[in-house]
Amino acid sequence: MSTETLEAPAVETVKMNGLQAINAALMEAMEADPKVLVLGEDIADNEGGGVVGVTRGLSTKFGTMRVRSTPISEQAIIGAAIGAAMGGYKPVAEIMLMNFTTVAMDMIVNHAAKLRFMSGGQSQVPMVIRTLTGAGNQTAGQHADFYEAWFCHTAGIKVVIPWTPADFKGLYLSAIQDPDPVIIVESGKTLFVPMDVPVNQGPIPLGKANVVAPGSDITIVSYGQMMFTVMQAYEELTKAGVSVEVIDLRTISPWDKETVLASAEKTGRLLVVHEAGRNFGPGAEIAATVQETLFGKLKAPVGRLGAPYCSVPFAKKLEDAFLVQPPEIVAEAQRLIAMS
Amino acid sequence: MSQTLENRAKPDAKTQLDIYRRMIRIERNDDATRTQIRRGRITAPYYSARGQECIPSAISVLLNDDDKICTIYRGIHDMVAKDMPLRPLWAEICGRVDGTCKGKGGPMHLTHPETGVMVTTGIVGSSMPIANGFGWAALLDGTKQVTVAYFGDGASNIGAFHEALNLASVWKLPVIFVCQNNGFAEHTRYENGTSVDLISKRAIGYGMPGYTVDGNDPVDVYAHAHAAIERARAGEGPTLLECKTFRFMGHVFGDADGYMTKEEKAEAIARDPLPIYRQKLIDDGVATAEELDALTAKIEAEVNDAIEFAMACEYPSDDELRRDVFAEEIPA
Ligand SMILES: Cc1ncc(C[n+]2csc(CCOP(=O)(O)OP(=O)(O)O)c2C)c(N)n1
Repeated sequence: MSTETLEAPAVETVKMNGLQAINAALMEAMEADPKVLVLGEDIADNEGGGVVGVTRGLSTKFGTMRVRSTPISEQAIIGAAIGAAMGGYKPVAEIMLMNFTTVAMDMIVNHAAKLRFMSGGQSQVPMVIRTLTGAGNQTAGQHADFYEAWFCHTAGIKVVIPWTPADFKGLYLSAIQDPDPVIIVESGKTLFVPMDVPVNQGPIPLGKANVVAPGSDITIVSYGQMMFTVMQAYEELTKAGVSVEVIDLRTISPWDKETVLASAEKTGRLLVVHEAGRNFGPGAEIAATVQETLFGKLKAPVGRLGAPYCSVPFAKKLEDAFLVQPPEIVAEAQRLIAMS
Repeated sequence: MSQTLENRAKPDAKTQLDIYRRMIRIERNDDATRTQIRRGRITAPYYSARGQECIPSAISVLLNDDDKICTIYRGIHDMVAKDMPLRPLWAEICGRVDGTCKGKGGPMHLTHPETGVMVTTGIVGSSMPIANGFGWAALLDGTKQVTVAYFGDGASNIGAFHEALNLASVWKLPVIFVCQNNGFAEHTRYENGTSVDLISKRAIGYGMPGYTVDGNDPVDVYAHAHAAIERARAGEGPTLLECKTFRFMGHVFGDADGYMTKEEKAEAIARDPLPIYRQKLIDDGVATAEELDALTAKIEAEVNDAIEFAMACEYPSDDELRRDVFAEEIPA
């Protein structure tokens, strides 16, 4: 992040990575509210506190009735979370990797997301689904996909994909207290790169984007680990004299139309960048909405960058080609600017 | 082998009569639903449970109001047995705003927490994983509440069944898994879709008791449900009950049931649990024929009242499309 352009915050901060921030959020939420529960494969300390250690320490502190390791049973995990949520609790269910949500799709899509509506408002399903994904680690086709568009397309479930550790903490605190199901995607590098987090980082509202850097020539919208790539492109574009407004969407559904539209209207140009496939991806929805609303006010059509129409490949060379890289963002931004 | 139960609890006279009351309430309600659809007064997918009345009736007499059930599209009998009031039930079947779900769930998705009807699902096998969550909540709350997950024989071939039974057993959840084995999964005959002769045998694989009971005999269902509920309330974990029965109607209203033979259907109807149980109550001196007739008449009046109530209710307004998606209304 360019420090010159941003005022250093006056609050006291600590350096931590996403993993530590989520752990801190879970600790805090469980301490404050005895209704908060955690469940998932290998999450209790006896099993290692989660595959990457996000839940480490929780079961020791809160006991294995509130922090339950489960069998490898994704439908059972989400089902138990749904029932517990309807029974007055606030479960946080881990599905180890986003690709494995496919195994629990019925529970997520037909039940968690719909029970409030189908019951005419009688049922509440205040649960969080945590999951991890992201290309860049050569895990290939079945361990690295972004499926947020599937969930965004389903009415009744909120979709959050944070980038910074501070956002992880704040968005987790909000998601856990949200009366509806929320899926939070922990995307690759976002878990492991330390950044400054305000010492008393409180809840950050769901559905609100973050204007990371102000600018006037073009708006770039992204989220999750792709924000690291966008920020590299931002540095290059800034060096080349382009004034870029960068928006981290944070919540993908419901997305912050107001902030994105205001920014696109101001700069006249918008580029959406995500790791999910470009075809039918979240960028398509954002582009369509912006074009419907700002037709005539835009200086260029809305640009979209996302993964090509293929599975995540294994070979490093191919994986690099699969992921949007900074030079592509720079080139696409410059192409859009050159159009007017 | 399916297990046998040692100490069999027996329903007293009052309870026997209460089981009968629930069975008649189901049967009258089912008959009325089919009549209303046939007359074109309502349009709704309807999965009759005619023939299966005894199962939820003999179980529900053992449940408290705050005990919960998670059931399926063919589950209106389970709700009626749990004493759901018929007016909001009918209003929901008719898609009216006074329905249990404001007309947004319909006959396959009724919810009525006041009577413990927590989830009704149209997805085969999905009642079980969710029932586990209620079981977990009850353990955390330290209550003695139990949750009954109802499902069909076909549902025991779905992954969710296996995942749910395994988890319930590992976590010792107060959940009773009740399979209403009516011999068919849609049009597929039991043996063409299920690898074991008795579904209760599957309990062995999950380390819990499994019983196959005569789903047409209220005394048999009662005894096994009693044991399962006691066990759950004592913190000893889940039980699988397979209640063998037969459905007299097609899978869904209007289905020609050509996949059943005339003989087997006639034989099943000859074992219709309702007249048999009625006669038993009379023979045992639990009630007189006149008393039972009066009970039926009272229930018929309740059903008719519910139908007329529902027909007179308003349809939901279009703004309902924006409500209950989330806790907050969706902006227009
Ligand atoms: C997951 C799923 N697959 C298929 C269906 C279509 N379907 C509806 S009912 C049914 C048969 C279920 O039979 P069973 O579990 O024995 O219950 P019954 O209807 O006999 O009570 C099927 C296949 C469905 N609703 N859900």
